[in-house]
Amino acid sequence: MDNEVLLKMKNVHKQFPGVYALKDISFELRRGEVHALLGENGAGKSTLIKVLGGIYAANEGEIFIEGNKVNIQNVLQAQQNGIAIIHQELVLVPYMSVAENIYLGREPMKGIIVNKDKMNNDAKKLLVDYNLDFEPTTLIKNLSIAQQQMVEIIKAISFNSKILVMDEPTSSISDKEVDFLFSIMRTLQEKGVGIIYISHKMSELNEICDRVTVLRDGEYVGTKVVSETTKEELINMMVGRQLSKYYTRNYLEVGKTILSCNHLCDNNMVKDVSFEVKEREIVGFAGLVGAGRSETVKCLFGLTKDYSGDIVFLGDKKHYINAKQALKDGISLVPEDRKKEGLYLIQSVEYNTTIEVLSEFIKGIRLNKKKEGEITQEYIDLMDTKTPSLRQTVGNLSGGNQQKVLIGRWLATKPKLLILDEPTRGVDVGAKAEIYSIMNELVKEGLSIIMISSELPEIINMSDRVYVFAHGYVKGCLNHTELTQKNIMHLAAE
Amino acid sequence: MGKTNTIQSSKMKEGSYKFLKENLGIIIAFVVLYVFLAVYPPTTRAFLTSRNMFNVLRQISTNLYLACGMTMVIILGGIDLSVGSTIALSGCVAAAGVARYALPIPVAIILGLIVAILIGVFNGTVISKTTIPPFIVTLATMNIARGLAYVYTGGSPVRVVSKEWQFIGAGYIGPIPTPVVILVFVLIVTALLMNNTKFGRHMYAVGGNTQAANFSGISVSKIKFYVYAYTGLLSGLAGVVLASRMYSGQPTAGTGAEMDAIAAVVVGGTSMSGGSGKIGGTIIGALIIGFLNNGLNLMNVNSFWQYVVKGTVILLAVFIDFLRNRNK
Repeated sequence: MDNEVLLKMKNVHKQFPGVYALKDISFELRRGEVHALLGENGAGKSTLIKVLGGIYAANEGEIFIEGNKVNIQNVLQAQQNGIAIIHQELVLVPYMSVAENIYLGREPMKGIIVNKDKMNNDAKKLLVDYNLDFEPTTLIKNLSIAQQQMVEIIKAISFNSKILVMDEPTSSISDKEVDFLFSIMRTLQEKGVGIIYISHKMSELNEICDRVTVLRDGEYVGTKVVSETTKEELINMMVGRQLSKYYTRNYLEVGKTILSCNHLCDNNMVKDVSFEVKEREIVGFAGLVGAGRSETVKCLFGLTKDYSGDIVFLGDKKHYINAKQALKDGISLVPEDRKKEGLYLIQSVEYNTTIEVLSEFIKGIRLNKKKEGEITQEYIDLMDTKTPSLRQTVGNLSGGNQQKVLIGRWLATKPKLLILDEPTRGVDVGAKAEIYSIMNELVKEGLSIIMISSELPEIINMSDRVYVFAHGYVKGCLNHTELTQKNIMHLAAE
Repeated sequence: MGKTNTIQSSKMKEGSYKFLKENLGIIIAFVVLYVFLAVYPPTTRAFLTSRNMFNVLRQISTNLYLACGMTMVIILGGIDLSVGSTIALSGCVAAAGVARYALPIPVAIILGLIVAILIGVFNGTVISKTTIPPFIVTLATMNIARGLAYVYTGGSPVRVVSKEWQFIGAGYIGPIPTPVVILVFVLIVTALLMNNTKFGRHMYAVGGNTQAANFSGISVSKIKFYVYAYTGLLSGLAGVVLASRMYSGQPTAGTGAEMDAIAAVVVGGTSMSGGSGKIGGTIIGALIIGFLNNGLNLMNVNSFWQYVVKGTVILLAVFIDFLRNRNK
């Protein structure tokens, strides 16, 4: 009984105008199984999930649930068939309570009035069942991201869902919350729920998943039992080639100091931060979320108006109060949240690439379109961005390619110091490796880089030196020979 | 070299093809409307005369001055409700300059324009320095400007008798009405500003993603300020032209003009959520609304019913685009 097949998707095809998104994909989910879906951005994971969830209709293919063929044409039919999807972006109503969100659209009624007591009691029962310690009457906006995720899961369970799809649930929550999420997933497993789990974090597979299916370019590559495979094998399946080296890094002789910051303080998240950056150096900023790393570089880049401390860049004392001044001096910042802080999603690749260097092809009202195209092409080539044309809307590119467009934009300003804030967040392994190798090349050519990252392997394998942040202070500085997870965490958790 | 040239020309073709494709709904709507008015027996005789054509263009002109500014404001993600009242105030001030103070006509006109720019500057300052929504700010200035126009004129029109005064609104340059010549100038300036300058690129950036614009080192408040100030100037231009055409500055002039301008922009495909929109779309939008007004007049449709028809057509035009976008 344990191995009974819960869901079977057979020979699914999905075509969009000009794109063959899914080619003959078959997928199987067993009762009580956590089945990881792995693949680079654009591999077809989301499309497959959207077909399952009734958001897209497949051109061909069949779906069986518990052996019965089902027809899923819209979201409602998916729900009725016991399929629940927890999207990366949470879709709860912030100004409503937990209970109201769980029973949204199907509130228990007493005549024409919502039976609030019953609703709150039912919700409370569910919360207790899953060891959640907040009240059903709490407003969603007062919950943490992780807690909100739990509400989404509870909501899905309350529909009696048999199949739960989780799209990168751990991308924005802390390690402790991840542990709790996994414990809930295990409870669900015991109840016989099948979970499809999408994540870019390879390390999580061993911990929570039973099997893993890899997709590439819309095609099925293979399914493995997690305990019988290795990280390297999976990466090779995803990328489709031997990745000779994941991290590319040649440590060079560093030059003179180009930037030194002393006692930076923004009266909020940054308490007392001092650090320096030398020529041809990658300086890592490690630490937990909320340690004040992004806020520190925001001071440096002039995005925080009110801060104190000394900044000396290329021998001159500076106090930037807007990004324009910092840019002019040769500092560029690739922000943490590419969709909110970086890209103009409805505009083209070309627009997004050239927005910082308009002066190079616009003189007054004379616009040199040809030059604009050339600049864009140069950075598409440099970053190896995959886009059908310069006119492609950036919002339609995959995450990895969006990130490449963004990095390209800031490189176009020909900076002397490049600040990368979480440069590989939500980026697939192939693009990650490419970004690392580009960073290595740039440093060889004389650029200095500050890299903020919450991924320790990335920090450890790419940095010359690492400053470890905690609670708005720099807790220590480690050389690349001293870099281990243990050393860093020791400082970060101090 | 040859290759890049062909890329260039194919890009140009791609550009005009894209324009056609994106605006297909409203272009068809306009052509249907035009052909209908040209062949429909009750309107056919009067409609196609050059007199009527110039008349329509003259009326469209003032709406398009406003709509040019409004397109930019809406691309910024804002709105400007004060343009109609600005028409009244600037028209009255300019007319009074001639009629009451016997100022030379150019000086009076400049005075009217300055008043309009001041309203725009005020809007721009408040909107760029605070987080008060543009809707509220310009709703307030809409009332203030209208009120000032009434106060200044005592509620009755300021008549101008001078023949030269009519040149800017009712006159001709060669065979072409003056407002249309001004319109061509305004359109060229606006199109260049939006498409060919750094300012234009920055404007789309601010409207599309304000936070990213900050990271880009774009001065968001400066862009907002100039767009509202420019809209003020264009409203003043509409006010002066209108006052000239009506031989008087009227405190009731331009009532509801902001709605016609917004309608032209929205029918022209500019998104109310900001970040996208083209002046070409706005032009077609204004043509549709202008010819519709004209057609309804020629058909002797009761003016009360004209509102109903106009509203319905606006809804239809936007609805066609909605259907086309949904099928994408």
